[in-house]
Amino acid sequence: MNLTVRIWRQAGPATEGRLVSYPVAGLSPDMSFLELLDVLNQELIAAGEEPVAFDHDCREGICGSCGVVINGQAHGPERTTSCQLHLRSFADGDVIDVEPWRAKGFPVIKDLVVDRSALDRIVQAGGYVSAPTGSAPDAHATPIPKPDADLAFDNATCIGCGACVAACPNGSATLFTAAKVTHLSLLPQGQPERAQRVLDMVDAMDAEGFGGCTNTGECVASCPKGIPFASISALNREFRKASRSGRR
Amino acid sequence: MPDFVTGDPIADTKAPAAPLENRWDERKFAAKLVNPANRRKHRVLVVGTGLAGGSAGATLAEQGYHVVQFCVQDSPRRAHSVAAQGGINAAKNYRNDGDSVYRLFHDTVKSGDFRSRESNVYRLAQVSAQIIDQAVAQGVPFAREYGGLLDTRSFGGVQVQRTFYARGQTGQQLLIGAYQALSRQVDAGNVELHPRTEMLDLVVVDGRARGIVARDLVTGEITTHLADAVVLATGGYGNVFYLSTNAKGSNATAIWRAHKRGAYFANPCFTQIHPTCIPRSGEHQSKLTLMSESLRNDGRIWVPKQPGDPRPPSDIPEDERDYYLERQYPSFGNLVPRDIASRAAKNVCDAGFGVGPGGLGVYLDFADAIARLGRPAIEARYGNLFDMYQRITAEDPYAVPMRIYPAIHYTMGGLWVDYDLQSTIPGLFVIGEANFSDHGANRLGASALMQGLADGYFVLPATLNDYLGGTRLGEVPADAVTPVETEARERIARLLAVRGTRSVDSFHRELGLLMWDHCGMSRTREGLRKALDRVPELRAEFWRDVRIPGRGDELNQELEKANRVADFLELAELLLVDALAREESCGGHFREEHQTPDGEARRDDENFAYVAAWEYGTPPVLHREQLTFEHVHPTQRSYT
Repeated sequence: MNLTVRIWRQAGPATEGRLVSYPVAGLSPDMSFLELLDVLNQELIAAGEEPVAFDHDCREGICGSCGVVINGQAHGPERTTSCQLHLRSFADGDVIDVEPWRAKGFPVIKDLVVDRSALDRIVQAGGYVSAPTGSAPDAHATPIPKPDADLAFDNATCIGCGACVAACPNGSATLFTAAKVTHLSLLPQGQPERAQRVLDMVDAMDAEGFGGCTNTGECVASCPKGIPFASISALNREFRKASRSGRR
Repeated sequence: MPDFVTGDPIADTKAPAAPLENRWDERKFAAKLVNPANRRKHRVLVVGTGLAGGSAGATLAEQGYHVVQFCVQDSPRRAHSVAAQGGINAAKNYRNDGDSVYRLFHDTVKSGDFRSRESNVYRLAQVSAQIIDQAVAQGVPFAREYGGLLDTRSFGGVQVQRTFYARGQTGQQLLIGAYQALSRQVDAGNVELHPRTEMLDLVVVDGRARGIVARDLVTGEITTHLADAVVLATGGYGNVFYLSTNAKGSNATAIWRAHKRGAYFANPCFTQIHPTCIPRSGEHQSKLTLMSESLRNDGRIWVPKQPGDPRPPSDIPEDERDYYLERQYPSFGNLVPRDIASRAAKNVCDAGFGVGPGGLGVYLDFADAIARLGRPAIEARYGNLFDMYQRITAEDPYAVPMRIYPAIHYTMGGLWVDYDLQSTIPGLFVIGEANFSDHGANRLGASALMQGLADGYFVLPATLNDYLGGTRLGEVPADAVTPVETEARERIARLLAVRGTRSVDSFHRELGLLMWDHCGMSRTREGLRKALDRVPELRAEFWRDVRIPGRGDELNQELEKANRVADFLELAELLLVDALAREESCGGHFREEHQTPDGEARRDDENFAYVAAWEYGTPPVLHREQLTFEHVHPTQRSYT
């Protein structure tokens, strides 16, 4: 199949970017979207031009490295990661726009590569259980009801790709933060730091320049791992409860 | 020139000469301690943030050391450990099915085809139980039973259920546990984190590892970081084959450059081929995707009895199917270890029974399991894997059998380390997949996560104390650093100056295909020779003709790749020499010249019960570490 991709090219954070159109021919519908970019890059290199910079690594949909806005949607038309999107999702002859994640919290580094380290700083603010190595009791000492463990797992599946931020009209990182807060607040191990965790993580999220949440739901629609909308309500509940308790 | 020369034998002098079950305790007791107040004066560099690096960095920082941590990804949470799916072994015996530390030890030594060290493997089995406790305490959401206790499942090569799992995302969940522990230390100021940074070289002063030269992948800036010890946790080198289940960024640069500075490289030819990968669909393929081995618990593997049978699988009646693993290995059936399952798949495909495009595939069929357990049960166990398969192949595995084929997965070889996980360069420690020590010639499924975390949480933090407590380290003189940094700068400049005609990927693909054809699932003297002739030519062509657009002082992904492929082109040659020198078959290393009449691997314990530890040189120097087996007596591995 043949496609035309219009790709955001930007040499660096301080330079202006623009969409550049590239026709790519002889593609297979079994190729992943990133393999399309591979093919294009080989052609660009052969032509003496600079290849398109994009983040990617495992190409199995789990590392969360990849992520581009495809035709206005984070990770494109299917609910998956960009590496697991295949060209069979497009029609022969399509023109496809490819842009980086856009959000105040994610400055562009080059082309489609953005800086997502703000998400790490949100986790550093409290997204953990303080359990120094070697101090753990036997794993069976604390049974956890299966429904709780399953729901915690559903939230723990977040891969930190940042699609939720890119999809949000406010550039909010609420779904990301909600997933972590919900995961840990459901488990007995997460209880002692529960109130402090949510207050610190929400503070960090605001300090990084992410916007507020207005329950638009675009984040949930674009999340490749299906983090539920209910997690945002859970985050809000946790936050209100912790604020009232005055725990700091 | 000969392929290699033989040097003095090498030995591990750190494992105490105590009974097996007391060795680790004795080593820990004999190891020097560092007073907590003095720990903060020590800087330790940790390269890599996967299960091994992340757990090591977090634990060392908790102990009070000042840790400086590096990863090539934009976040430590993306290290390739994240992609491990199936599970992690631990000798908890929660199932009361006869498991024990000794049995896990026994299974691991046997599965490794008697090419691993008994001391190391026993310790691994010992600390496995603690790993599960640690992960649960961090909030890792392992699968649970309705009673609230942890669930387990079985994996290839064993007959007990000792594998703990978090759906099909065990690696991700364990890694996030370690990443969160590390994040906590970053916040506390005990860990200084450098993401998007790549190690280019090792700084060795007076024979000791004292730092690294690293490149900031965004700005291109090259800087030296000094410390009292260096820990490499940089994973395996499977990407030498180009197509593998490794992440695209997985590379061998850190361990290869350390090797060139004096660290011995052990058993490079031991490569694990994983039996349950999605077959490749075309020339465009950039990597291969693994389906978890856990699928073999309920999936039955078969091919049509008639070669090239054109019928869809559902039209092939039972008596015209060959469930070849169940037929050949009745007691382990579909759960034979990875090397056995992979070779069996290759053999049936080579004999013309393969299915799918090019005949390079076998069926992994869940029809029986769905009929027996119902679709919801299968969905609960493997749902995400089925979705992933459907997404990649556009086939519904609930309705038609999956097609699978073996692919390069894990490298058991790596830098040589002693019982303390210290390389032949004092002060350079190597942990996780980057070292060679625990898996022998074949890794038991669900043991990679166990080893990474054992090394990082429990082993290294104990042995590093001994090194730091027992060594007086002076200041690093500036003139020791400058030449290493200059060399690193010059190499980058040299790569950029080639301005040739061929892309980095075209070299990498050619190298990978050559290695797969001649040093993949089976190896012959003739094929290895052929590859050994070609690799040096290809390397010369690379340095003459590679084309890298852009500059060195910016984000330049082609430059990053070129830098790594140049190392793969050197490592590949050592891998071939090692495979040629090992005139026997064992584990993942199958030399066609050495097989039993029924096609199984034939080990030669008399001549090859050793670790091949290679010293860098032209030609390379082989130092043999003799392996002794006091507890698990080498026998022909049998799974029938």
